[in-house]
Amino acid sequence: MSFANLIRVAVKAILNNKIRTLLSMLGIIIGVAAVIIMMAIGQGSKMSIRKELSKMGTNLLSIRPGADTRGGVRLDPSAMQTLKVADYESIKEEATLAKYVSPEVTSSGQVIYGAKNTMTTIYGEATEYMDIKLWVVEQGDCFTEEDIKKSAKVCVVGKTIVEELFGDKDYNCVGKIIRFKSIPFRVVGILKSKGYNNWGMDQDNVMIAPYTTVMKRIAAQTYFSGINVSAVTEEKSDACIEELTAILRKSHKLKEENENDFTIHSQQEMMETMSTTMDTITIILVVAAAFSLLVAGIGIMNIMLVSVTERTKEIGLRMSVGARGRDISRQFLIEAVIISLSGGFLGVMLGYLGSYGASKIGLPSSVPLWSVILSFTVCALIGLLFGYIPARKAARMDPIEAIRYE
Amino acid sequence: MSEEKKDRKVVIELQDVKRDFKVGDETVHALRGVSFKIYEGEFVTIMGTSGSGKSTLLNQLGCLDTPTSGEYILDGVPVRRMKRSERAVLRNRKIGFVFQNYNLLPKTTAVENVELPLMYNTKYSAKQRRAAAIKALEAVGLGNRLDHKSNQMSGGQMQRVAIARALVNEPAVLLADEATGNLDTRTSFEMLVLFQRLHREGHTIIFVTHNPDIAQYSSRNIMLRDGKIREDVENTNIRDAAAALAELPAPQDD
Ligand SMILES: Nc1ncnc2c1ncn2[C@@H]1O[C@H](COP(=O)(O)OP(=O)(O)O)[C@@H](O)[C@H]1O
Ligand SMILES: [Mg+2]
Repeated sequence: MSFANLIRVAVKAILNNKIRTLLSMLGIIIGVAAVIIMMAIGQGSKMSIRKELSKMGTNLLSIRPGADTRGGVRLDPSAMQTLKVADYESIKEEATLAKYVSPEVTSSGQVIYGAKNTMTTIYGEATEYMDIKLWVVEQGDCFTEEDIKKSAKVCVVGKTIVEELFGDKDYNCVGKIIRFKSIPFRVVGILKSKGYNNWGMDQDNVMIAPYTTVMKRIAAQTYFSGINVSAVTEEKSDACIEELTAILRKSHKLKEENENDFTIHSQQEMMETMSTTMDTITIILVVAAAFSLLVAGIGIMNIMLVSVTERTKEIGLRMSVGARGRDISRQFLIEAVIISLSGGFLGVMLGYLGSYGASKIGLPSSVPLWSVILSFTVCALIGLLFGYIPARKAARMDPIEAIRYE
Repeated sequence: MSEEKKDRKVVIELQDVKRDFKVGDETVHALRGVSFKIYEGEFVTIMGTSGSGKSTLLNQLGCLDTPTSGEYILDGVPVRRMKRSERAVLRNRKIGFVFQNYNLLPKTTAVENVELPLMYNTKYSAKQRRAAAIKALEAVGLGNRLDHKSNQMSGGQMQRVAIARALVNEPAVLLADEATGNLDTRTSFEMLVLFQRLHREGHTIIFVTHNPDIAQYSSRNIMLRDGKIREDVENTNIRDAAAALAELPAPQDD
């Protein structure tokens, strides 16, 4: 039988039994939709994380105390206290490839204004922090070098704090005194909103104050939790890392054989780590969804086997008018492939719909084209694979017995 | 054997055909050495009681089964050593089957049912297929029922569709197994009228029946008993089925 005729016969058989066909497609539809949505969310999250990280500046470098801990070695606490003011000053003076430098000391706690309070994190920084993290002061001004020198109790605040403490996020609270861990801070500026990041963190729930103030008056420590640096350009990031390493080794008086007692990560590197993590999560989800496709394939096989038995008489008739075994097996194979491909098509549609729905509720999601192509290929394979046994059963029937079958 | 017959073409030749079935430890001898020739244009009835081997014989003739021993030559082609798929092609090109219970495809129109054998012959285009099917349906008097579905037709009409389907590939021989078995007397006679007309038009017909009355309307009668031929006679006095139909009492209106 010609291919066109085979398709014609298969389509007719499928349309003769719409409800059953739809039921056997259901597994495929759900399986494919699940795969598509998983991939869409995986891809979407990856893309939006990349976008966000590069928005922060791809030339961002972050120096953390302690040796590279990715080996899994536990460090004693003193190893985490290696970044000192002297290091910051050496970098400021000597680093030619660093555009902006800001040391960092953080502390979490309650901030109070009148009867209202909220939990937040205070970042002790240099003024260059605003340039490194691309913060914009919307109202008032950033604190000054003078404030840093004097450890002045001034701060800039994010919109969330304004809203929590003053009841209105657009309230101009410049000049007001708020208390962090009972230390009074005068608000000198309000930051433009950045919203939530991909990890669901509210980036506007921050207080930024001179690092000297936070070190002395809040954290009471002489070391930094890190130093953030902007390399002059993205291309110079690696050179800048080398330069910073040399400066810090000298400043820490490390000998040739000593390992670094600090770690420098580039934004680039963080982006790659994020991507790999996202990929792993996506693969796990997709594999889970793919198993549901396998189950769906078994469902199709089951229904096809029932269908072959039910149509024994038809098979006998076709054979008696000249259908060869391979004509019969192809007929059922094509039927199985059409069922699974149509299921795949509906599944892709549903997947697109689901992906759209996910993006509506705030999950970043974008359907990658290759996942659609992959779904169709897998569906065709499932049809062939699970249609094979029913098709062979049909083809091996004895025409005399088949046509007598009641 | 008459002089006239000798120079006619042999469509079917059986040479000592035997067919055994193994049932458990027993062997059932369904055919115990059957030999005959059937010439082009004959209308043969094969008769015998139930279990005498009629269906088994017809399955041999229709290439649905192969003999345990002996040889079967269909239209010059020896069949016994053929592969399954080769026999399928042979059925498609040389055989027209009519079954007792019509065996039409459900939910399918008359034309589509008749087109079925040609679907398995890639030489036919969709257009040619439809044209041939319409021609065959017109030949059995159903030119006005082309798009009726199988479940919208009477038993007689369904059997006419089945006959059209058997004719559509212009077969060397038309095989009918109890083709009137499910029909009432009147419709059975209508069917006989049709078969006689096809016979007159030159078709070779083999008609299996357990009803001895039907023998009077064919040109030759073969009698089977216990898997052997008991009688094989020419019918020189063929009755006209159309006349018999006219003598039947008028159909009752309900
Ligand atoms: N597939 C089979 N397996 C076993 N025995 C069979 C088979 N087909 C036919 N027979 C036996 O062969 C004999 C002839 O059967 P059949 O040709 O159907 O007779 P008829 O059509 O004249 O009634 C019967 O005894 C029947 O039981
Ligand atoms: Mg029988």
